[in-house]
Amino acid sequence: MTVKVGIPRALLFYYYFPMWNGFFRALGADVILSSNTTKAILDKGVRQSVDDACLPVKLFFGHVLDLKDRVDYLFIPRMVSVERKEYICPKFLGLPDMIRYNVPDLPPILDVTVNVSRSEKNLFKAFAEVGRVFTSNPRTIRKAYNRGIEEQERFHRLNHLGYLPHEAIEQMGRGLLNQNHSPARQGDMTIALVGHGYNIYDSYISMNLIQKLRDMGVRVVTPDNLTGTIIEEKSAELPKKMFWTLGKRMIGSAFHYMRSDSIDGIIHVASFGCGPDSFTGEIIERHLRRRRNIPFLNLTIDEHTGEAGIITRLEAYVDMIRLRRAAQ
Amino acid sequence: MKVTFPHMGNMYICLKAVLTSLGVEVVVPPMPSKKTLTLGTQHSPEFACLPLKINMGNFIEAYEMGADTILMAGGVGPCRFGYYAQVQREILEDMGLKMKMVVLEPPQKHISELLIKIREVTGSSSWIDVVRAIRFGWHKARAVDEVEDVLHRIRPREYEPGRADVVYKKALKWIDDAHDRNELKDAISKARQELDAIPVDNGREVVRIGIVGEIYVMLEPFVNLEVEKQLGRLGVEVERSIYLSEWINDHLFMGLLKIKGSKEARKHAPPYVNHFVGGHGQETIGSTVLFANRNYDGVIQVQPFTCMPEIVAESIIPTVSRDLGIPTFCLIVDEHSGDAGVLTRLEAFVDLLARKKEKNTVKNTVLQSSEKKGEQVCADI
Repeated sequence: MTVKVGIPRALLFYYYFPMWNGFFRALGADVILSSNTTKAILDKGVRQSVDDACLPVKLFFGHVLDLKDRVDYLFIPRMVSVERKEYICPKFLGLPDMIRYNVPDLPPILDVTVNVSRSEKNLFKAFAEVGRVFTSNPRTIRKAYNRGIEEQERFHRLNHLGYLPHEAIEQMGRGLLNQNHSPARQGDMTIALVGHGYNIYDSYISMNLIQKLRDMGVRVVTPDNLTGTIIEEKSAELPKKMFWTLGKRMIGSAFHYMRSDSIDGIIHVASFGCGPDSFTGEIIERHLRRRRNIPFLNLTIDEHTGEAGIITRLEAYVDMIRLRRAAQ
Repeated sequence: MKVTFPHMGNMYICLKAVLTSLGVEVVVPPMPSKKTLTLGTQHSPEFACLPLKINMGNFIEAYEMGADTILMAGGVGPCRFGYYAQVQREILEDMGLKMKMVVLEPPQKHISELLIKIREVTGSSSWIDVVRAIRFGWHKARAVDEVEDVLHRIRPREYEPGRADVVYKKALKWIDDAHDRNELKDAISKARQELDAIPVDNGREVVRIGIVGEIYVMLEPFVNLEVEKQLGRLGVEVERSIYLSEWINDHLFMGLLKIKGSKEARKHAPPYVNHFVGGHGQETIGSTVLFANRNYDGVIQVQPFTCMPEIVAESIIPTVSRDLGIPTFCLIVDEHSGDAGVLTRLEAFVDLLARKKEKNTVKNTVLQSSEKKGEQVCADI
């Protein structure tokens, strides 16, 4: 019987799933995903986690609860740092501990530490440590690791072509590997959606934001459609390097999009109580306001968000951009 | 050049000592007040943590008093504090307040990066003078901690509540006014004398509570709603997990001096928190374990709303509490915190601890006497 590894469909799933998936499959394990977010999953997560945690962390708890009885292992890596001298948010650093001490009756957790802050080689070390749970053959592990990296590169290529991460994951799941064309999108304007992947691509907690915008005739681009070089270059405009990887992506992409002629507006999506967002959002808003050329909308989501309020604000925002354009 | 800096508890005493003894003109912002908070909240991002807002209020008030340079600390994450200065600079720029910001960052490549920054403030003084000034500031920090230590012991035991606090305020003033080491020594002995003169009831059974959590909220009485004073009045002996001088040693001297520091606390955090989580998250857990080992009656965790490292700690503390049998209480502060509500909660917590302690003492004495007689007694009274 094959070993079943569970990956919660939350948080860094939207950034690294192809790598994890490729790696575990090459090791001969079955990868089981939690279901798509529903109200029940979110409610369970909210009940199980500490009140002050942010929405995506609460949601992660919900996905763990959804998954825990169906798998042999839970894969919850401790993602300390994915780029040099940078961190992800402190809550990611303590995530395996938070889960372990708050969710009863868990299967064994694969909680390797991924920390490339000092050296890039640590990434392989982390994977090797997980790999040893499944096989003692170092060559198999190396192969699986390469396979994971390959999948991740394919994923990035799809993102850069214009597929959003959740669409790219779906595409790859269907086996369409050699996609070379950008997806065709209808619309008369383009809006950059700047926010954490786990907030904007989860159609339940984002209130289906992307689809709503598309229905209004808006093309949507996100930080994930940009290459790492652009992000690095634009975020370097700040006098001090931003030490949150995800925050840097948001700053870099906002700075890029605000100079782009093809962008009509920028929407910043933050979750209530998110630490880095409170700073990145502030910096983006202040820089945009000084330039005065691109309309900016700040949406804060939490577990209570009413859908009607979001729709009203989006409609008003899109209408305003259209009126503005007509007036020019 | 008129230099100012943000407040953090009694930190101003040391910083002022260091800078004035180097001949730098210093503007100490007014002690944090409602006005500071209102000014700060008005101009800061809504979801930023409270220390940033108080800092902003300090800067604005200092600007009104004529300050033109801000001395601020930096950091390399993942706690938000490391990016405070950057956000604050953007806000000041948009407000049109022209203030220069000198940010002391931990050196990334070479120590000279830090030294250059220090030079920007100290000007032409020689390095020997700088070192001497820093040592003087350090001694002031030790002096403040020494007085606080005595204060924490006296507060729950004094016959007339409030007397120790009056002396404490005076003592801080004496320490602040001392110009050299000799005057500082006099100030300390004077403070000790006055504190020792306060009539206390040493036989009183007091509840002992350890305070852990985020450093700024722990050290700044305005922000933590004077939790130490309130507890003292309720008859509680308080000990903080970290004192000013220990923080200075850990963060500014890179732990060079061999005094108690956060290393000990971090060592006790596993298996609950196995990795550094930024800020003082790991120390919070480790200190809770330490307090439990030292048989404290309870632990209070303080944190600003949305503090990331402390949220990690907060979600794990209940497990520590269960495993080690130490009651814990979490106090989260933001700009809306009202002291009446907090006081009620503190009273309830202290009552519970006192009841538990009483019960245990009775149980122990009953058990001891029953052991002598060799008969079974119902210990649950």
